[in-house]
This record gives sequence, structure tokens and C-alpha cells, in this order.
Amino acid sequence: MADGRYAAGIAAGRLDSAQYAENFSDLHPPFDQHEALVEADRCYFCYDAPCMQACPTSIDIPLFIRQIATGNPLGSAKTIFDQNILGGMCARVCPTETLCEEACVREAAEGKPVQIGRLQRYATDTAMARGRQFYERAAPTGKRIAVVGAGPAGLACSHRLSMHGHEVTIFEAKPKAGGLNEYGIAAYKTPDGFAQAEVDYILSIGGITIENGKALGRDFALADLTANYDAVFLGAGLAGVNALRAQGEDAAGVENAVDFIATLRQADDLSKLPVGRNVIVIGGGMTAIDAAIQSKLLGAEQVTICYRRGREHMNASEYEQELAAANGVVIRHWLQPRRVIVENGKAVGLELEYTALRDGRLVGTGEAVTLEADQIFKAIGQSFDPVPLNGSGNAIEMEAGRIRVDAEGRTSLPKVWAGGDCVLGGDDLTVSAVAQGRDAAESIHRTLVG
Amino acid sequence: MADIRNNFVGIKSPNPFWLASAPPTDKEYNVVRAFKAGWGGVVWKTLGEEGPPIVNVNGPRYGAIWGADRRLLGLNNIELITDRELQTNLREIKQVKRDWPDRALVVSLMVPCEENAWKAILPLVEETGADGIELNFGCPHGMSERGMGSAVGQVPEYIEMVTRWCKQNTRMPVIVKLTPNITDIRYPARAAKHGGADAVSLINTVSSITSVDLDTFSPEPSIDGKGSHGGYCGPAVKPIALNMVAEIARDPETAGLPISGIGGVTTWRDAAEFMALGAGNVQVCTAAMTYGFKIVQEMIEGLKNWMDEKGHARLEDFIGRATPNVTDWQYLNLNYVTKAHIDQDLCIKCGRCHIACEDTSHQAITAMVDGARHFEVIEEECVGCNLCVNVCPVEGCITMQPLAAGALDKRTGKIVEPVYANWTTHPNNPAAKIAAE
Ligand SMILES: Cc1cc2nc3c(=O)[nH]c(=O)nc-3n(C[C@H](O)[C@H](O)[C@H](O)COP(=O)(O)OP(=O)(O)OC[C@H]3O[C@@H](n4cnc5c(N)ncnc54)[C@H](O)[C@@H]3O)c2cc1C
Ligand SMILES: Cc1cc2nc3c(=O)[nH]c(=O)nc-3n(C[C@H](O)[C@H](O)[C@H](O)COP(=O)(O)O)c2cc1C
Ligand code: SF4
Repeated sequence: MADGRYAAGIAAGRLDSAQYAENFSDLHPPFDQHEALVEADRCYFCYDAPCMQACPTSIDIPLFIRQIATGNPLGSAKTIFDQNILGGMCARVCPTETLCEEACVREAAEGKPVQIGRLQRYATDTAMARGRQFYERAAPTGKRIAVVGAGPAGLACSHRLSMHGHEVTIFEAKPKAGGLNEYGIAAYKTPDGFAQAEVDYILSIGGITIENGKALGRDFALADLTANYDAVFLGAGLAGVNALRAQGEDAAGVENAVDFIATLRQADDLSKLPVGRNVIVIGGGMTAIDAAIQSKLLGAEQVTICYRRGREHMNASEYEQELAAANGVVIRHWLQPRRVIVENGKAVGLELEYTALRDGRLVGTGEAVTLEADQIFKAIGQSFDPVPLNGSGNAIEMEAGRIRVDAEGRTSLPKVWAGGDCVLGGDDLTVSAVAQGRDAAESIHRTLVG
Repeated sequence: MADIRNNFVGIKSPNPFWLASAPPTDKEYNVVRAFKAGWGGVVWKTLGEEGPPIVNVNGPRYGAIWGADRRLLGLNNIELITDRELQTNLREIKQVKRDWPDRALVVSLMVPCEENAWKAILPLVEETGADGIELNFGCPHGMSERGMGSAVGQVPEYIEMVTRWCKQNTRMPVIVKLTPNITDIRYPARAAKHGGADAVSLINTVSSITSVDLDTFSPEPSIDGKGSHGGYCGPAVKPIALNMVAEIARDPETAGLPISGIGGVTTWRDAAEFMALGAGNVQVCTAAMTYGFKIVQEMIEGLKNWMDEKGHARLEDFIGRATPNVTDWQYLNLNYVTKAHIDQDLCIKCGRCHIACEDTSHQAITAMVDGARHFEVIEEECVGCNLCVNVCPVEGCITMQPLAAGALDKRTGKIVEPVYANWTTHPNNPAAKIAAE
């Protein structure tokens, strides 16, 4: 049996060790000062800038870019952090091509938007590298707030609450803070331990305690929090994974894409991380793309994304799809999984059925195709898991499987706010979670001291 | 193909692009490179009188300002006249003129304001076979503290006196180089003419401090923590220079006096503009110092292409063509009414026109129409000032459109009159003359 790159089945060490470092290095390397100045000069300082309106956290983009252009990167960083304390992560992971940069007037003018994300990274990196803190806590209010989940929503909420002088305790089920920043985002978008560095930067304002390994529903109940704290913010993200409902789903080699990525993100040595020779990823969103690309970067020979609708229906942006293609991932459309082909308890292939839209409904055409696969990743969406709400799930109003909140993040329960992926109405992006966490903090603050 | 050969006060050159007196013309080495690159002529770096050579600072001599992407917009210098031996310069001048007989070689001079000093140097220059001399009455720093350069150029009587001395003591054409550091350029130009000058050249550099180092609080360029005002040049000074050229060209007292246009010439277009305003040729310094001598190729070809396109066979066909169109404000046609117009297909919706007009002018551009981001001129408010055109990043997107005679000016509610009418006859002018019947 061949070793290395062409090893059969699911195997580790497909690449030379140096290749791993290269494959998982920064997707968009940081700007140096010269590049930043040249790029900043391109900004037109638009009136009521469209980019700013397109940013879910409404960062004053023309202002921060002008500050870079005038040699004031620290002032620029503050402009960013004022609206988005996770501006550093967002600079790396935001799909800018569908947010600020899509709205940039230079996109209309010449198809080349100002590279807002990279400029944002330049400013925030400068401030973080210099350990520069911009915020002091207001005088203590004596109010205590519990936050569930140390993801972007929980962190943004906690930071803003702490600024206002409240005491915050974050309960986080996982051993590390950061949420999907730490366990989900593609490795090449946030290399070099940036997620933890950012958590440290945010926490250094003080007044925020994180209790890791503490899960709502397992270690305590929502009622405990509402009894012991002045307010509660739920930022628990999406803990559930949608089921495939295909035969053979339980065979070895069939995994949730998010689990695979979490393992990858936590791996100390990527050469020890096994990956299939033939990988199929089922799904059409960012998770599918990330799982596929990272499989390829780990050395999988063939990686195919199978999506049950057309290219135009994919949640992954055009840019993400191109990135996948550039990395050698094949994307196939109009295919839905029917049966995992299993030999000796292991997946060896996937039978898929062609699909079509008839009268607006997706139907199988009856025609099938079988693809070889020794590893199959399910990336058909995460879902909110209401079980930890322990009965309060019935009391908290839900809608379409997620927590229902008003414009300020208030749930139907008094004293309880929520934001991020776990609420209805966001767009499942880091930046939206930050915006919702921040806005909920302002609402909590108004309610408590208003 | 257009003929761009130049004859400036009898000095012939294959094209009208000369290098101005400055570092690019300080040595045989540089000048030969310039001629090889195609420059039509040079004005040699200013020579001083015989004696111990001039001393320059040994630290930075230039300061600058930049536009986007560090494009050099303005350069400032505290350099003095040549710091090489007079005899060395003269020897090289003679050699170069001999080797490049078809190119113009003018020698710039600056000696003390005494007739003997001029009498002494003129024969030495004449002996080199140079085509003419240029009197440097412009240098605004260093030499002016010693009673030369702009110290002379700021006193019309001295200009006239020195020019006369030169005319009396040499057969060479005398070009008087003027300083812009005065309030009305016509006075020194008239003085030069009275003194018998064959031509004037302008502008020399503008007194300036380009920037201040905010750590050391020293002006730039900084010499051991101190700075001195320098001379400003490059693209930033072109508008100042164009105006001064035009003022001299249209002044009845100096009309017809040949002008060599200097100041920010960077492209063929700049050159054509100077010449259209009455300059017989142009001189270039900063553009060459920024990009090297090769830029002259673009200048030569660009000028020829434009002339061919416009049907100008020779330089004389367009020299001075814009001069009659420069007038005093009071003669501008007040019945010429324009309105801004935004081409919606070209508009990229940056909103700069809106905010400029809204915050600082006449509230004449919308930002929202029916709930959508939309920029459109409100003719009832537009005074036609052109600010929006100037701040729009897309060329040709906003244009000024004249209202035809008989049309309604929605701002004033008046019908546009078909006749020319200016301030001199305007009813609001207390000194108005009665309009001709
Ligand atoms: C694979 C993948 C790639 C992605 N890539 C991008 C990207 O490139 N760009 C982008 O903008 N977005 C991306 N997203 C989406 C983005 O990561 C999320 O929108 C964002 O992290 C949501 O933040 P959150 O704080 O709401 O939730 P999370 O980040 O999920 O954080 C929730 C936290 O709550 C904790 N928690 C959950 N349940 C409990 C409990 N019962 N008790 C205590 N703690 C609990 C979790 O451990 C976690 O730390 C990606 C998502 C995935 C899955
Ligand atoms: C470094 C430097 C030195 C100069 N030295 C002289 C000089 O010795 N004699 C002179 O007449 N003008 C001198 N000038 C002025 C130039 O000849 C020219 O008039 C001025 O730079 C404007 O033209 P520009 O905008 O093309 O540079 C000097 C300019 C510079 C930048
Ligand atoms: S021309 Fe002046 S007044 Fe008219 S719209 Fe433009 S900026 Fe406003």
C-alpha cells in the first residue's frame, strides 16, 4: 500500500512537514506600512459611506482609513474598536466581498474595491502589537451580569458591559474561550493563535471573569442565573448539527464538518491529523467550503463538494467558491446524498441522486451516481440546541428553531437577552454576532442603570 | 507631422523643451545625458563670479509634499548657485556647445550688483560660444541674503540697471529670469524690458517651508535641527506660473516680449498650456529631477500628436492663442449661466459632490431620492460654481452645462439673455457705466 500522499483510506502525514506550514499560512498576508498607505490613499472618503452602511457593526470606515493615511494607525484602531471590539478577527474572517467591499464605490467604479478588511487588520494589528488599550471602565455600578458562551457575541457583549462598569461572568462550556473563532473559523484565516490573543486583548479591560468548562443545562440552569445575576446574556451559538437522513450515516468515515474543523483548529501537529484520500463534503455554505479546502490542504487527493441545488443558491460567496476551486476542490451541483456505501463498517463511497427544481420544489430525478469516498463531511447546517435551556426553552419564545429577540436583543423572558447565531434574524457571521452582543449590552445597561 | 523646432530670441533648438538652470544642468555629464535623451536646450546651472566657489549645506537640501501614492507634487530646495569652479564650468560649456551645436545652450549668471562684476564675467561666457545668458534674479534663498538673486529681482530699478549693463557689454541675447516672490509680476517684467532684455523667463522658485517635523519641531529640510525657507517648484507651482506668464503676455507695456515659461512643467500638456498663454518655449526642472531625462520623449511626441490632431503645423500656430482670452473679472459675461449635470450612468455614488455642496456651498445636490441613494443637481439652487465637478473622483461624470439663451434659470427665475453683459454695466455696480444703446 502506498504511503504518504496516496495512502488509501483516512491517513495522516500525506505531505512533507514543511508543506503543512505553507498550506496553512495566512490567506491574505498582512499589509506592510507602504501597502497600507497606498491602499488607504484609494479611499474617496465618501459621504454617508455605503461601506459603513454595509458593515453590520457600522464601523466608520472612511474615518479609520483616513487615519491610516495620515499616519495615525492607533487612532484608526480606536475608531474600529469603538464599534467592534473584535475588529481584528472580523478583518480576517468577514466575507468583505459581500459586505463593506461589495458596497465600496470603487467596486462600482472599477471593480476593485478598497481593501477595507486588510486595512482594518493593519490598524487593529498595530494597536494589538503595541498592547494599546483604548478603554477604561466606568465607575463600578455594582451590577452583575452572566453571559453564556464566550464566542464573538458573548465577548462583545461582555466588553461593552465591563466598559459601563458592570461585573461580568462568562460561562463557557468549552475549555477555551473564543467560540467559533477558536474552534470553527478556517485555520488559514486566523493563524498564529490570533483568536486567543484577541480574547486576551478584550479581557484585559478587566471586570470579566470566564468560567471555562461550565455548561448551561449541565452545570447550572437558566433559572440559577436569573436568580443570582441582574441580567443574563445568551450567546451560545449553534451547538446542534443537522442530520443528513441518508442511509449509512453512522459508518466510520462520516463526520460532521464542524467537528473536523474543530479538531483541526486544536491540532498541535497537522501532519498527525488524518484525512481521506477521496473526500466528499455535503453542503453549500461557508462550512462546506472550509472543510473542503482544509481537507485539500491536508493532502487529500480528491475533494468534491456536493450541493443539492445550483451554484446561484449556494450560501458560500462567489469569492469563497473561487477560493475552493483555486485550491483544487471540485464543486458539483444538483446532487443529494442517498446512501453511504459501507464496507467493513467503513465508508467507501456515496450514492447521490440528481435533483431538479420542479414548480419551485426540489425533487430527486431518480437518476443516481456513485462517487468514491473514504471520508464524508456533513456540512448541511448547524442548529440551535434548546435542550440546555432546560425547560426554560418552552418559556423563552423561539421561532424557526432559534431564540426570538427584539431589535435590542431582549428575549421574551425578563432579565434575559440573547444574540449571535442562537437568535433568529442574524446572518450567521462573526461580525453580526459582535453587533448583536454589543447592542444587547447597551440595552442591558440602559435597563439596569437607565 | 508637426514641426516643433523652436526659435527663441534667435536661439534655435530642435524642440521647445529646455532644462531650467538647476542641478540637471550643473555639469557636462548631466547635460550630455540630457541632450542624448532629446532635450532641445539647457540653461546651465547659475554661475557666480570668479573666486572661491560657493559652499552648499552638507545636509538635506530638499523638502517635498506628496499626493496620493507619494506622487511628488511640490519640491523645495535650499541649494545655492553652482558650487563648482567657474573655469571648470566654462570649459565644459564650451565643450558641450561644440559637441552639440544644434542644441540651445544658455548660461545663467548671478554676480554682485556692480557693473564691473558683470563686465568681468560676460566676455568669459561669450568666449564659450554659448547662445545667450539668463540673469538669475530669482533665487529666493541664500544668495538673496548676499544682495543677489531675488534681492535684485524684487527691485525693478535694479533689474533694469543690471539688464542694461549686460546689454551694453555683450552681443549675446539676454533673458531675465524673474522671481515670483513679488506682488505684481508686471513691474519686474516692465523693468527688464526697459533695460533692453531680449526676453524674460519665469518663474523661479517660490519662498516656502514645506513641512515641520513634529518630533524635533524643525522645519524641513532640517539642517541640524534648523531650517531655512527654500524655493518651491514642481506641479504645485504651475498655476502661479501660468498666471504670471499670462499677466506679462497681456500687459500692453510688455506685450510681445518673448517669454520662456517655467514652473511645474511635467507633461506636453503643461508645456502647451504655457505656450498657449504666450510662452515661446518652456523650461523644466522638477519633472526631470523626479523622473529622469526620459520624460522629454513623452513631451515631444505628445506635443506633436496634439498639434497634428489640431492642425497646428508649427509652434507659432498656437503660441499666444489663449492670451486674448485672459481678461479681467469685470469683463466676464454675467449672462453666461451654467448648471451642473450629473451623468447617472457614470456616477459611482460616493456622495462627495453632495457633501461638498451641502456643507460648504449651495445645498444644490440631493443625497436621497425616494428613499434611495441618489445624487442629482437641484437646478433651483445650483449657482454653477463647479465645486462638485472638481471634487468628483470620476472624470466626466459631472459637467457644467450652459443654459441656452432664452432658457429659464430656475435659481433666479430669469430668462437667460442672449447678449453679453458684464459687471461694468451691471445695475448693482455703483460705478456702472451706462450700457451702450
Ligand atoms: C466552520 C465555520 C466557519 C465559519 N467561517 C466564518 C467566516 O469565515 N466568517 C464569518 O464571519 N463567520 C464564519 N462563521 C460563522 C461564525 O463563526 C459565527 O457566526 C459566529 O461565531 C457566531 O458567534 P456566536 O458568539 O453567536 O457563537 P459561537 O461562536 O458559536 O460561540 C458560542 C459559544 O457558546 C458556547 N456554548 C454553547 N453552548 C453552551 C452552553 N450550553 N453553555 C455554555 N457555553 C455554551 C460555545 O462553546 C461557544 O464558545 C463560520 C462558522 C463555521 C461553523
Ligand atoms: C535644486 C534646485 C536648484 C535650483 N537652482 C537654480 C539656479 O541655480 N538658478 C536658477 O535660475 N534657478 C534655479 N532653480 C529654479 C529652477 O530653474 C526653476 O525655475 C524652478 O525649479 C521652477 O521650475 P520647475 O517647477 O520645473 O522645477 C533651482 C531649482 C531647484 C529645484
Ligand atoms: S455647481 Fe456648485 S452649486 Fe451647483 S451643484 Fe455643483 S457644487 Fe453645488
